Amino acid sequence: MPAMTMVQAINNALREEMRRDDRVIVLGEDVGRNGGVFRCTEGLLDEFPDRVFDTPLAEGGIIGTAIGMALYGLRPVPEIQFMDFIYPAFDQIVSEAAKMRYRSGGQFTVPMTIRTPFGGGIRGGHYHSQSSEAYFCHTPGLKVVVPSTPKEAKGLLTASIRDPDPVMFLEPKKLYRSSREEVPEGEVLVPIGEAAVRRPGKDVSLIAYGYMAQVCLEAAAKAAEKGVEAEVIDLRTLVPLDEPKILASVKKTGRAVVVYEAPRTGGFGGEISAILAEKAIEYLRGPIVRVTGFDTPFPYTLEDVYMPNGDRVLAAIDKVMAF
Amino acid sequence: MEPKLSPDLLLTGYRNLVLVRTLDSRMLSLQRQGRIGFYVPSTGEEACQVGSAMALEKRDWVFPAYREPGAAIWRGFPIETLIAQAYGNAADPQRGRQMPNHFGASDIHYVTTSSPVGTQITQAVGAAWAAKIRHEDVVSLTFFGDGATSEGDFHAGMNFAGVFKASTIFFCKNNQWAISVPVAKQTAAKTIAEKARAYGMDGVRVDGNDLLAVYAVTKAAVDKARGGGGPTLIEALTYRMGPHSSSDDPTRYRSKDEVEAWARRDPIDRMRKYLELKGLWSKDREDALRAELDDLIQNTIKEVERQPPPAIETLFSDVTAELSPQIREQMEAYLASGERRRPEMLDKFPL
Repeated sequence: MPAMTMVQAINNALREEMRRDDRVIVLGEDVGRNGGVFRCTEGLLDEFPDRVFDTPLAEGGIIGTAIGMALYGLRPVPEIQFMDFIYPAFDQIVSEAAKMRYRSGGQFTVPMTIRTPFGGGIRGGHYHSQSSEAYFCHTPGLKVVVPSTPKEAKGLLTASIRDPDPVMFLEPKKLYRSSREEVPEGEVLVPIGEAAVRRPGKDVSLIAYGYMAQVCLEAAAKAAEKGVEAEVIDLRTLVPLDEPKILASVKKTGRAVVVYEAPRTGGFGGEISAILAEKAIEYLRGPIVRVTGFDTPFPYTLEDVYMPNGDRVLAAIDKVMAF
Repeated sequence: MEPKLSPDLLLTGYRNLVLVRTLDSRMLSLQRQGRIGFYVPSTGEEACQVGSAMALEKRDWVFPAYREPGAAIWRGFPIETLIAQAYGNAADPQRGRQMPNHFGASDIHYVTTSSPVGTQITQAVGAAWAAKIRHEDVVSLTFFGDGATSEGDFHAGMNFAGVFKASTIFFCKNNQWAISVPVAKQTAAKTIAEKARAYGMDGVRVDGNDLLAVYAVTKAAVDKARGGGGPTLIEALTYRMGPHSSSDDPTRYRSKDEVEAWARRDPIDRMRKYLELKGLWSKDREDALRAELDDLIQNTIKEVERQPPPAIETLFSDVTAELSPQIREQMEAYLASGERRRPEMLDKFPL
């Protein structure tokens, strides 16, 4: 079984789905000859010269035409080069893709997977680092998926491409090449809508997704040295959210730390906090604490100050353990 | 320039023009009586809708704006469904989820309409591009107004179609007004058609109040696209005789003289005169047609109006293929709350 980076696993998933289903189309900026600026689509143009397209530089055009393809019956997988550049396509995603099934009474559907790298940690300044998942989680009709390991990236991307509805597939670029994992050739499926317990623990639940799931694992290891057993929940899918897994964990531990790197106000972790407050308050022994990015634009030089890290999560653990 | 159309087709085309006009006046008065909430008339623009649709085949796709009921009806969209959609009741396949005039149907490849202006343009290009990928002999036609040519989606759609040689007909109904803004304030270009050149495609202008000219120009563009010749931009010159919508009062921003000048170029009068010259039409036939269509629409309204509002559960379905756990929980909580409010909107429209 080959050890792959997340980039290689994504490439592998795309290649295998394109082989399996000739309706799968890849399009976007630099995805063809160049194989994508992160190389996620490397080699696909050679194998599928009629189904991989370098498009003009227009995100609204990429998503608008991909929606037209999906309406026609294809399974487009457009790439938006950085999530920071997705806003010209926002209208197409929010007003069109997300609402097509509903507004037509199920007559028209948009089975489309929008892949886009997101998040900080690569010295990208504020136009190559943002985490704007909350805008899309707030839009009925979209599914929002965030992998955090190579194998699961393959399994979740495969499930997304086969999904009958539009999926925002957000790739934490900090994890693109940070580690390798054994990824089986052939079908790997991770169902949309299921969170994973990354590390079991009984004292406090750390809830995160993407790169922050890894930060929580680091914090949990440090907490263990102090005798605190932290449970790490990796959401994997933000919409639809696996509430039972989150609630089961917090009902067990009685403490919750929610971690996301987006700006704090209006972030998706705020929704997690609200769900815990509504549905598990009688189990809570202390406040729900968030560890997040600041309510500032994403910085360039001071990126490490901005990004939540293991120590910050550890401090939050200490805080909730004091109750 | 006179296209070769059979007498049957000419007469059906004319019937559709009158049908759209009759429907408009009935629906607008239903809105004024408070029986439907809103309406978008297309009076004056009937020839654009019908003439262009006549040039398409069943397998082709239409990506409309919200002022082309004539194209939908030509493709087989039932009048009762159109009226039910305006009522938003249980007979509406869209389950009352959209404002009036925002209909669509998959069986006639007429994509359900949205309000954001111009979003359908890139989608039409995507569908034609998909057909090309699949080696299928299908073209797409997208309708939009002069206002939409200011949107980024117009630029992106034209540009993608040019680059990928997509078989898309860009049908701009230049009806001179985008609500209260005249076309001269949308663009400094002398014509909209000339914009095509910058995208490497042909652009043509046509008298949009001449059914036969609209048909001929669209048919030529469709034939060219099918032959691998790529996209065409058609600018059809017409006039929005009525308000932008039932919520608009055009006397605030345009002159009576202007409206009267365009009334003299009415597309229905012109088509009728053509049919009379051809010996295909008479006053008796005209009177019979008007009476028949009045009855048809009146009776259909009576039938459709009896339908109940959509079931409360339909508020929650079709967001995604499967009901999400969250939406299921919200629906069950609502239904369990005992609050089973009848849609008050049926009696009271805020628009």
